[in-house]
Amino acid sequence: MHNTPPSMTVTATVNGQPVAITVDVRRTLLDLLREDLGLTGTKKGCDHGQCGACTVFVDGRRVLSCLKLAVTTSGQAVTTVEGLGTPDVLHPLQEAFMRYDAFQCGYCTSGQLMSALAVVADESLTTRDQIREAMSGNLCRCGAYQGIVEAIIEVKARSHAAGSEDATPDAIV
Amino acid sequence: MRSFEFLQAHSVEEALALLALPSTKALAGGTTLVDLMKLGVEAPARLVDIQALPLTEIAVTGETLRIGALASNSAVAADPSVRRLCPALCDALLSGASGQIRNAATMGGNLLQRTRCPFFRSHDWPCNKREPGSGCPAHEGADAHHAVLGTSDACLAVHPSDLAVALLALDAEIGIRAGHAARQVSLAAFYRLPGETPHLETIIGAGELITHIDVPITPLAATSRYLKLRGRASYEFASASVATALHCENGRVVELAVALGGLGTVPWRDRQAETLLIGGPLSEAVINRFCDALLAPARASAANAYKLALARGAIRRMLESASC
Ligand SMILES: Cc1cc2nc3c(=O)[nH]c(=O)nc-3n(C[C@H](O)[C@H](O)[C@H](O)COP(=O)(O)OP(=O)(O)OC[C@H]3O[C@@H](n4cnc5c(N)ncnc54)[C@H](O)[C@@H]3O)c2cc1C
Ligand code: FES
Ligand code: FES
Repeated sequence: MHNTPPSMTVTATVNGQPVAITVDVRRTLLDLLREDLGLTGTKKGCDHGQCGACTVFVDGRRVLSCLKLAVTTSGQAVTTVEGLGTPDVLHPLQEAFMRYDAFQCGYCTSGQLMSALAVVADESLTTRDQIREAMSGNLCRCGAYQGIVEAIIEVKARSHAAGSEDATPDAIV
Repeated sequence: MRSFEFLQAHSVEEALALLALPSTKALAGGTTLVDLMKLGVEAPARLVDIQALPLTEIAVTGETLRIGALASNSAVAADPSVRRLCPALCDALLSGASGQIRNAATMGGNLLQRTRCPFFRSHDWPCNKREPGSGCPAHEGADAHHAVLGTSDACLAVHPSDLAVALLALDAEIGIRAGHAARQVSLAAFYRLPGETPHLETIIGAGELITHIDVPITPLAATSRYLKLRGRASYEFASASVATALHCENGRVVELAVALGGLGTVPWRDRQAETLLIGGPLSEAVINRFCDALLAPARASAANAYKLALARGAIRRMLESASC
């Protein structure tokens, strides 16, 4: 006798597109994105909350998709790195990551970008130390931390400059 | 992961009814539970998703700050009234995990997170906490992360929560519901020492729901601070941590609280030892006497004795830098 493992239908938006998909209740959001939707930009590093490679946005907040059951995503809006920019029109963070050598192998990069997005948006984070602390949940085995922080500082300064004329990367210490 | 039945609760009453079913666990942020289910350490037959319950409020009423059990660790840490009334609580939360994890992690889940002891987390080893009576490999060789306070022959696992250490110093109370009964328990009475039964970690019974945390609003709480020492600068559990609150008049201690994390099988505080500091100025000698008394019950090995030195240093740094 076989029992079909319990499954449920998840109805959510992923990168602005409505999604309705029936999954095993054990599926994580990470596996739903990668295996069911083919969105392999989001990476699986540790699968246990210890590396940050699987970071995505859910309802406007960054979370770890490896520790979130897919069935808890119904009614929520998910944004992955595929929703950030396109190869032709890069997001300013993606463009800055390239210019500052903010990666080597690139495995951690989509998680870094999603965290960086939260850090750029958080105006309470102004110093280099605060940015480093806020990015500490994203490990980089290649050690590209320096470039990652520089890229974030530049994009932060530019997005603030939209509001105030004289903000430059030097304004962040 | 063993499969389970997934249920969603839309009200506290519905959640309590579902949690009364056998082998059923509440699912909040999932940052502990999903991790441990993947490891096979937790294998409930049913999960009740409680994230939709209206238990996220942070409110000041009279002399009490009440924090809903489902408020996220980030929301509480960023709340201006929590920062003003009990800064140690914000700093303890912000010292824990990472920004991503704190966005998902809830207050109730944080209190009920499980130890990070590697023997507990892996089926390759026996563990009295995971499988009562199977043994404890840490007794042959405790490593650098095992507890020195509150240990027993059965278990040396450290309680990992930073939040609980701050709440212990703040004399917080935990609001609990089971069926139609509600009760309120002080944090000091919430955790159980491992003794012979390390699998029983708190006074929460099966089917019970944490609804809120109450922190008394006092002048002492407003002076509270948190210091965490660890193997890397961030995203790491405590090797030793300390929450302090101190009220002095004319250079003499009137009231204080000192709670320790990272050393104990439960968050640690000794009110008897605290009386050694009351009434006098905070001299190096009296701080040393206090540390001697606080750490007297410690049982350390060569691998984890460094925690005692870390705790002493942390306490001295916090008390000497406080205004008194
Ligand atoms: C990599 C990593 C690093 C971490 N670092 C730290 C750290 O440095 N310091 C620290 O303090 N913590 C740390 N944590 C732990 C983290 O804070 C907890 O995982 C989190 O707070 C748990 O909350 P949750 O809502 O996700 O709980 P869940 O995982 O949903 O639940 C945890 C447990 O609590 C029960 N539960 C949850 N809510 C209730 C309720 N209201 N009533 C009854 N039962 C309930 C669940 O049934 C389950 O047994 C870390 C976690 C990870 C993964
Ligand atoms: S894969 Fe999710 S944190 Fe490592
Ligand atoms: S670029 Fe290789 S892990 Fe970060």
